[in-house]
Amino acid sequence: MHFVVCLKQVPDTSEVRIDPITNTLMREGVPSIINPYDAHGLEEAIRLKEKVGGKVTIVSMGPPQAKEALKKAMTFGADRAILLSDRAFGGSDSLATAYILSSAIQKIQETDPIDLVFAGKEAIDGDTAQTGPGIAQRLGFPQLTYAIKIQELTETTVTVERKTESGRQIVQAQLPALITVEKELNDLRYASLPNMMKAAAYEPEVWDVKSLSFDTKKMGLKGSPTSVSRIFAPPGRSGGEIMDGTKDPAATAATVVQKLFQQNIIMVNPLAKGGKS
Amino acid sequence: MENFDVIVVGGGPAGLSAALSAAQAGMKTVVIERGDYPGTKNVMGGILYTKATDLIVPEFWKEAPLERPIIEQRIAMLSGDESILAGYRDPAWAKEPYNAHSVFRVKFDRWLAQQAEKAGVMIIPETIVENLLYKGDNVVGVRTGRAEGDLGAKVVIIAEGVNNFLAVKAGLAKPLKPESVAVTVKEVIALPKEKIEDRFCLDEGQGATIELYGDSTAGMMGVGFIYTNKESISIGVGAILQPLIRNNWTPNDLLENLKSKPYVKRLLQGGETKEYLSHLIPEGGYTQVPKLHRQGVLVVGDTAMLMNSLNREGSNLAMISGKIAGEVAAQAIKTGDVSDQAMTVYETRLRDSFVLKDLHHYRHMGKFFEENTHLLKVYPKLFSQAVKMYLTADGTPKKQRQKEIIKMAFEKRSKGGLIKDIYGAWRALL
Repeated sequence: MHFVVCLKQVPDTSEVRIDPITNTLMREGVPSIINPYDAHGLEEAIRLKEKVGGKVTIVSMGPPQAKEALKKAMTFGADRAILLSDRAFGGSDSLATAYILSSAIQKIQETDPIDLVFAGKEAIDGDTAQTGPGIAQRLGFPQLTYAIKIQELTETTVTVERKTESGRQIVQAQLPALITVEKELNDLRYASLPNMMKAAAYEPEVWDVKSLSFDTKKMGLKGSPTSVSRIFAPPGRSGGEIMDGTKDPAATAATVVQKLFQQNIIMVNPLAKGGKS
Repeated sequence: MENFDVIVVGGGPAGLSAALSAAQAGMKTVVIERGDYPGTKNVMGGILYTKATDLIVPEFWKEAPLERPIIEQRIAMLSGDESILAGYRDPAWAKEPYNAHSVFRVKFDRWLAQQAEKAGVMIIPETIVENLLYKGDNVVGVRTGRAEGDLGAKVVIIAEGVNNFLAVKAGLAKPLKPESVAVTVKEVIALPKEKIEDRFCLDEGQGATIELYGDSTAGMMGVGFIYTNKESISIGVGAILQPLIRNNWTPNDLLENLKSKPYVKRLLQGGETKEYLSHLIPEGGYTQVPKLHRQGVLVVGDTAMLMNSLNREGSNLAMISGKIAGEVAAQAIKTGDVSDQAMTVYETRLRDSFVLKDLHHYRHMGKFFEENTHLLKVYPKLFSQAVKMYLTADGTPKKQRQKEIIKMAFEKRSKGGLIKDIYGAWRALL
């Protein structure tokens, strides 16, 4: 089977700060990492390859330095990594990015039919969760989003347990399909030394705008209808309230309980018998 | 198991220099580094000497990420709120052939690793070497912490840094002792470049350094430093571990003590702390240099205790030792003889170079200061008092003032004591 993994290099958001004056991201000196959700998609693809055989191709769009993320991704044991890099791609929003990535996947498919595409549920720098579904739409693949478990993979179908806001869903799709993944899906591996060495010696393929038959109107700033009107840091949390419980603990406890009721943090179970409200 | 000619354990200045010179001599070479990439785990005060680095990568200054060429070196002796200052400045040091630059290891070593890669070196990051591999009594490679983690080699160069776990396991070095290792802490404090240049009287892009003695370490054996970077100042202080433990000081206490000194405070004013770093420094000196070689193994850099703290030289000793080790390894492999006997060439060449000559020259220094703890307490006070008396204009005739100064000096330290100290210092330092 042929597994394709979409992977993005993102700034380590735990170290990004917002300039309080200009309201723009301060990216300088911030290390880049593989988008954590994508890493779990990659891990799953490698596990499936180890189980059923086949190969794993990684595809990413980004500036030339994103090669580093691809080399790192290769340590998992992937077979091929392609970086889509061209100035014409710069400024792409999720719509344009989905277009570019799906075009590349189509080209990969011409020589090497694809069974499953993996993507993270979202990137930690944009949090849109649109690119994966956008790729599936353009490829005409069914999309299984927020996967937390691959239950079964057969020659023709994949069955996935997915997380929803109210619980779990088990869904099945015909192959080829696209799956976006949650972190619960698996634990990342500690790469073996031979894979580390293979990755160190590997040079990712770089595809530019000429490598593909692109409609240039659909990429970059021109192909991106999204406009960012403002970026701001979320307001800091207000500090908690501290009550002195040493003088009259019973009264303090009563006040605390009352406050919890007022804010709907706790409530009386209406079904409970013998409860007093 | 994949086989290499040379495995270098550790991607610091010594290891990368060793790998580079081995690869340049045609050896199939790999560097195994525990950090995300070479540089992330590497810490030093921040001065890189031009001459030694030029031998590793000729004309590195044209491309390497450097901060500022150092044109002025100041020495400050602190005593309470007082300071005695001395220094040397030469604007010619701002141009080729330079003397030294301030650098950040995290940037510079990453660049140096890229040069090594260009020369054909393979770099495996995020990997720890747990042990040497033996066949009988012969070292034949290393065992890493990863799955299928054995690698074969004809020569292993141990450049693991001050924490000499591997060298100890191999029976070449002894575990570090609190009296022969210093702990240094450093902060990188951001300041606009105009402010830095104004405060240190520098032309655009030029740099300065200050070494601070005396109360900078509250009388403990150690030294403080201030180095200018492009848009920040590195301030740090280090002291031998043993007196720190004895006085119950944390490394952070040392740094806060230094930062609170009036002379220092003014230089840092308004800056914002960006980074906090800490590192051990091998201060054992010549007498504690470990066994530098055995069959199939060479020991370089901090692991080999190659550190001259008096002249704050370490990375240059590391790089030169690495370069020599890479060359010796290549030569031994080419002749097919990696026996302990063949490896002695490495030690001989170190002895013929400034690396071991300098260490040998200062071999009594550690012991001298260890046995004379009063030196760092008495003399800063004595000197600043003497200078103050000399410079105070209060109508006292100068001849009388000079007599007063001599009298004061003898009150603080007896005649015999003074002579003993001067003789001791002479023997230790000259």
